[in-house]
Amino acid sequence: MSVIYLLITISIIIAIGFFIAFITAVKTGQYDDDYTPSVRMLFDDELLKPTKKEIKVEKKEENKLDV
Amino acid sequence: MDTQNCFHCGLDIVKEDEIIFDAKNFCCNGCKTVYEIFSLNDMTCYYDFEKSPGATPQDISGKYDFLDNESIVSKLLEFQENSTAIISLNIPHIHCSSCIWILENLQRLQKGISTSQVNFPEKKVRITYNPELVSIKNIVYLLSSIGYEPYISLENYETGANNVDRSLTYKLGVAFFCFGNIMLLSFPEYFEVKEFWLDHYRGFFRWLIFALAMPSFIYSANGYYVSAYKSIKTKMLNIDIPIALGIVVMFIRSAFDIIMDYGPGFFDSLTGLIFFMLLGKMFQIKTYSFLSFERDFKSYFPIAITKINADTSEESVPIYEVLKGDRLLIRNQELIPVDGILISEQAEIDYSFVTGEAVAITKKSGDKVFAGGKQIGKVIEMEVLHSVSQSYLTQLWSNDVFQKNVEQKHKTITDNISHYFTPILLLIAFVSFTYWIFIDATTAFNVFTAVLIVACPCALALTAPFTFGNVLRILGKQKFYLKNALVIEQLAKVDTIVFDKTGTITTNKKSNISYEGTTLSDEELLLIKNVLRASNHPLSRMLYDYLPLPILENISATLTKKMKVEYFEEITGKGIKSQIFGYTILIGSASFVEKLEDSSIQQTAVHIKIDGIYFGKFIFNNQYREGLEELFQTLSKQYKIKVLSGDNEGERSVLERLLPKGTELIFNQKPEQKLEFIKNLQEKGNNVMMVGDGLNDAGALAQSDIGISISENVNVFSPACDAILDANEFQKLNYFLKFSKNSITTIKMSFTLSLLYNVVGLTFAVTGNLLPLVAAIIMPLSTITIVSFVTVMSNYYSRKK
Repeated sequence: MSVIYLLITISIIIAIGFFIAFITAVKTGQYDDDYTPSVRMLFDDELLKPTKKEIKVEKKEENKLDV
Repeated sequence: MDTQNCFHCGLDIVKEDEIIFDAKNFCCNGCKTVYEIFSLNDMTCYYDFEKSPGATPQDISGKYDFLDNESIVSKLLEFQENSTAIISLNIPHIHCSSCIWILENLQRLQKGISTSQVNFPEKKVRITYNPELVSIKNIVYLLSSIGYEPYISLENYETGANNVDRSLTYKLGVAFFCFGNIMLLSFPEYFEVKEFWLDHYRGFFRWLIFALAMPSFIYSANGYYVSAYKSIKTKMLNIDIPIALGIVVMFIRSAFDIIMDYGPGFFDSLTGLIFFMLLGKMFQIKTYSFLSFERDFKSYFPIAITKINADTSEESVPIYEVLKGDRLLIRNQELIPVDGILISEQAEIDYSFVTGEAVAITKKSGDKVFAGGKQIGKVIEMEVLHSVSQSYLTQLWSNDVFQKNVEQKHKTITDNISHYFTPILLLIAFVSFTYWIFIDATTAFNVFTAVLIVACPCALALTAPFTFGNVLRILGKQKFYLKNALVIEQLAKVDTIVFDKTGTITTNKKSNISYEGTTLSDEELLLIKNVLRASNHPLSRMLYDYLPLPILENISATLTKKMKVEYFEEITGKGIKSQIFGYTILIGSASFVEKLEDSSIQQTAVHIKIDGIYFGKFIFNNQYREGLEELFQTLSKQYKIKVLSGDNEGERSVLERLLPKGTELIFNQKPEQKLEFIKNLQEKGNNVMMVGDGLNDAGALAQSDIGISISENVNVFSPACDAILDANEFQKLNYFLKFSKNSITTIKMSFTLSLLYNVVGLTFAVTGNLLPLVAAIIMPLSTITIVSFVTVMSNYYSRKK
């Protein structure tokens, strides 16, 4: 049943992995501003809309040229 | 429907100025232009996130000319290389999600900007751009044109990469990692099952726990050892001594237990304790990153100023490079950065922020002008007398109060308790040790360590951080921003309150104007208003705004058109002489209209004379804040109240009527005198709270036990202080004081509660029955009850008005 040594070692290693991830996240400043990202996240869809429009407009212009 | 709100900025629309564009209503051309910019660039979803999120762009022509100067720009930049530069700009208007969206999409409005990122809590935007394609001046102009004018002051000069202290977050992370894993690994021990496999692996589990406890013990808790050592050195028994003692004893005892195979030790309680206490520390630190409590004149001063060279060319130079003898150009609303002599014919200088005088002062050619004043009206020229550091205003900062390190000025309530707690604890430990040593030596050691472990004042130490942390948040929501938790204790101790007058109990926004004399007809009012329109004098403009609009509507349009000013002359320091519609109108000072008046009455007034007949005067009274009278009535029951003012005695009688009897009123106070006044009060044993707003109060705010600065716009400027109060919440001051007193009561109640837990724990310990399981139950249980108790209590008190 020495598998328990293995299992616990693995679980500790995984925990340490998460711990390192946390430390690097703090180090890169991800916890400095905890408000803006929550808002920014919601913008992505809005951003796509205008670009699509632009493409459409460009296409229309191309069509006109063709005619 | 009477009023409509502007689609862009949300302000009420004045019917005459309304602009309809794209089927939307705008209050002014500025707002319309911003909308046009956005709609041209397909960015109108700016208006989808928030209703009317914008601000009207201000006129900034010439204001940012200094950004052409390479050396100034390089001081502002965070990073610079050939084709990449990064700058962080402070934008006070950032307030909603629309702001974030538009500022993060700047690259669509301006070529050359690659990315921009908003930091909402700090109200900053970080822009990465290509200096070869776009200059920083263009970016600033773009931001200003869409209503997001950045705030650039001397404070921004030399902004290096600021180091953020994140050690507490790391410590908390380590502590939680250790605590969580140890708790899981300790489970088999809690059940004490006599099972083969568990017994077999017990050693492995214990040694693993031991190893896991090491980082928490050595790294996370090291702040407590340092603090305990310092407090022993200074002979001030603070709460960290019993904590550090408890932690160390707990560690030694547990290590001993594991090494000698006596038992599992207390590592679960140990790491839990460290984790909870660090959590409390974290909770207590509530920072308002968009505010600064350490500001001095630097954040009020501009970064550069326009210098006129000998060959009459204009040039922007950094403030620090301004030398004696230089000629400077000061525009409307610009700040005079140094002492000097006025060269232009006349200037209107608003010193309200610096000296506390409410009304702008007229200076003539050759007069001395002092740093800190704001020019109102035309462009002026001046010659420099002193450099920035030698100016009258900046010398205030060389006072001792600003040099002192004020860190450990007061003993906290927790430290007071521990003053008694630590000796008693040690006494109990030694008494029980001597008692048991005669019975059984091993038990004696066990009891001794158990006492120190269980009495470790975890709950006691957590009480204050959690209460104060919660109170800080509650007050912050009500726009009363405290520097740190210590301020709450100070607030509760205050017995004397000193108020500044101008800007603190009066508003800067508008003066209250009253009229004395023969009643003026509508027609005459119209005449006066038309004359005033041409004048640039601050009083004229205030009066112009005050005179009601309807009078214009009552009189037919044809008549209004006829009323052309035929002759107009403004005489410096005296008044206006003008001819309109056949009338000769004199508006100005008493001597100007040849009215004999008792000169002992000091008030600001404008006299009116039409066709040689004296009519009366418009008196400019200070506009006191709403609810001032009630606030002073309630405050005067518990506190001594004093009013200090840099202004003249003109308002004495009004104040005496308004304020409760016994309020001391002192006028004509210079900044240093204010500081001395506070010092004198403190020497008499009073705990003084100073409420002020301007640079002239800066010394008094620093000297007082607690300095509160009142600010109309908390983002822009407030002098160094302990707390910043939004001006609109001024009347709540009494509630804030009461609340802080109640929070101290909460802490005292909670202390009693946690001492009860200690008594229970100690009875286990003294009798030699402290099992690791008991410790593991008592410790979190007491923590949870204390934390929930203080949270509930402080929320309950916050609702009590």
